[in-house]
Amino acid sequence: MKRFAYVRPSTLDEALAAGARPGAAYLAGGTNLLDLMKTGARRPDVVVDITRLPDLSAVTVLEDGDVRVGALVRNATLAADPAFARAYPAIAEALLSGASGQLRNMATLGGNLLQETRCAYFADPASACNRRRPGTGCDARGGENRLHAVLGWSEACIATHPSDLCVPLAAHDAVVEIVGPAGAREVPFGEFHRLPGDEPQVTTALEPGEIVAAVRLPGHGKAFAPHARYLKVRERTSYAFAVVSAAAMLRLDRGRIAEARIALGGVAARPWRAAAAEAALVGEVADDAAFHRAGELALAEARPSGENAFKIELGRRAVARVLRLAAAGTPDFAPALPASPFASTTGVALHG
Amino acid sequence: MTHSLTLTVNGEEKTVALDDPRVTLLDLLRERLGLTGAKKGCDRGQCGACTVLVDGRRVNACLTLALTVDGSDVLTIEGVARNGSLHPVQAAFIAHDGFQCGFCTPGQIMSAIGLMAEAGPLDDPERIREGLSGNLCRCGAYAGITEAVRDASKILSGKGGAA
Ligand SMILES: Cc1cc2nc3c(=O)[nH]c(=O)nc-3n(C[C@H](O)[C@H](O)[C@H](O)COP(=O)(O)OP(=O)(O)OC[C@H]3O[C@@H](n4cnc5c(N)ncnc54)[C@H](O)[C@@H]3O)c2cc1C
Ligand code: SF4
Ligand code: FES
Ligand code: FES
Repeated sequence: MKRFAYVRPSTLDEALAAGARPGAAYLAGGTNLLDLMKTGARRPDVVVDITRLPDLSAVTVLEDGDVRVGALVRNATLAADPAFARAYPAIAEALLSGASGQLRNMATLGGNLLQETRCAYFADPASACNRRRPGTGCDARGGENRLHAVLGWSEACIATHPSDLCVPLAAHDAVVEIVGPAGAREVPFGEFHRLPGDEPQVTTALEPGEIVAAVRLPGHGKAFAPHARYLKVRERTSYAFAVVSAAAMLRLDRGRIAEARIALGGVAARPWRAAAAEAALVGEVADDAAFHRAGELALAEARPSGENAFKIELGRRAVARVLRLAAAGTPDFAPALPASPFASTTGVALHG
Repeated sequence: MTHSLTLTVNGEEKTVALDDPRVTLLDLLRERLGLTGAKKGCDRGQCGACTVLVDGRRVNACLTLALTVDGSDVLTIEGVARNGSLHPVQAAFIAHDGFQCGFCTPGQIMSAIGLMAEAGPLDDPERIREGLSGNLCRCGAYAGITEAVRDASKILSGKGGAA
């Protein structure tokens, strides 16, 4: 690991000043940044520890009913917040399906949004990688690429965004609140993560030196709470990234679908909102035929980027299945295996 | 630049001068404080052998920069026994053969203690396996580990148990 200067600001202004230094990187839970510093993929000169900043660790219900989650709220803390889990159960389920108990205690909301791809060549400085070093090529093409993107990829980069949390956040039309040297601004969640195009090194809408302060969830999203699920297909039962995942939220009116939200994870460089599939469901009877069609529509544009054509069929089936789960109703109890296709029937209270 | 770091480790206050900010909590414990219970399996957050409690919450010490936990309360496997008698989770691991080589065991036990603090008493084996999935055991002692945690959970919640 390259040697760095360590600073621990106690105010936002101090943090922004430190973040403006050349080669600075913000450190939150550290579970992604420190890992990549160990491989040498990230080599900051200054590590700015933002974990002691005030006011970024709260979950607040705003006057208009929106819910604001501070960027430093730990993944485990958010999932265990009973009022939050009741209002946004698919987000809680996605959080509980991510990483391990230890990592969820460390990982923050902001860090989860900003985590890098798990493409092995990105993490390895000896490999060619346009995302890490523009213009060097892409060793994943023709390499180990079973888990790479089937939607929105480019010739320059076929990596996926690995987050679980971000999938239901996309489905909820969340808003990312940002503070920076030039003041505060907001970015809709759907525009926060960038598709690779010709510039795979630009992964998010965040400008250098900016800090994610919070994510705001529209209060309307609570209307989906009775029918909101997350499904995550993994290569082992737990403690593994998604091969493909999907979030589904429904508003039902006498057996017909009044409103649908669908997003996929593990298929693209950003959490993938399936707008056409959502639109096609409105007014339909909530049955398997409709869910199957939604799966087809969600993956209509998909094409393999390597040895991963199987992910297209897996994505269709995951969408159909998570819609069926959502239609059946959000369980009162968090499954023993959150988001798992192997979910058992036993469980504990999702909210007290 | 030298940083000064103060921690409470297993109930004892320690002040350490750190000449290098790269030191992880795991390396601090093992190399500078002589506490080698927490193990370095992968050093990448992937195995759980380095699990310790920071302010009561289980974390991977290998992905924690020591300087970031300045002022915290750290509990390691060396600090869980009380007055010379084993912690109930330790005793249950012995009673149920919850290990073979023992390399993962300090991490398993700290993770189990952390899990119980998060989730309360645990009876469902599926819940225990999921809750401890961040701790790998290359010897495959999982069956004994699950039983040990179930039993310790009964004891700690005052509902009996065999260990
Ligand atoms: C073994 C392992 C398994 C995992 N499994 C999963 C999984 O199944 N599902 C899943 O979703 N994730 C998984 N993760 C990833 C984990 O969730 C992320 O590493 C974590 O969410 C990152 O959060 P952090 O706070 O630790 O970020 P850090 O490592 O501190 O930061 C990550 C990046 O975000 C930047 N950053 C952090 N906070 C801010 C902010 N507020 N403003 C601006 N920039 C910021 C940092 O500069 C850095 O670039 C896994 C990780 C590991 C190591
Ligand atoms: S897929 Fe993207 S991240 Fe992976 S090697 Fe290619 S350019 Fe790099
Ligand atoms: S050594 Fe920390 S998780 Fe493996
Ligand atoms: S007992 Fe050997 S690794 Fe678990």
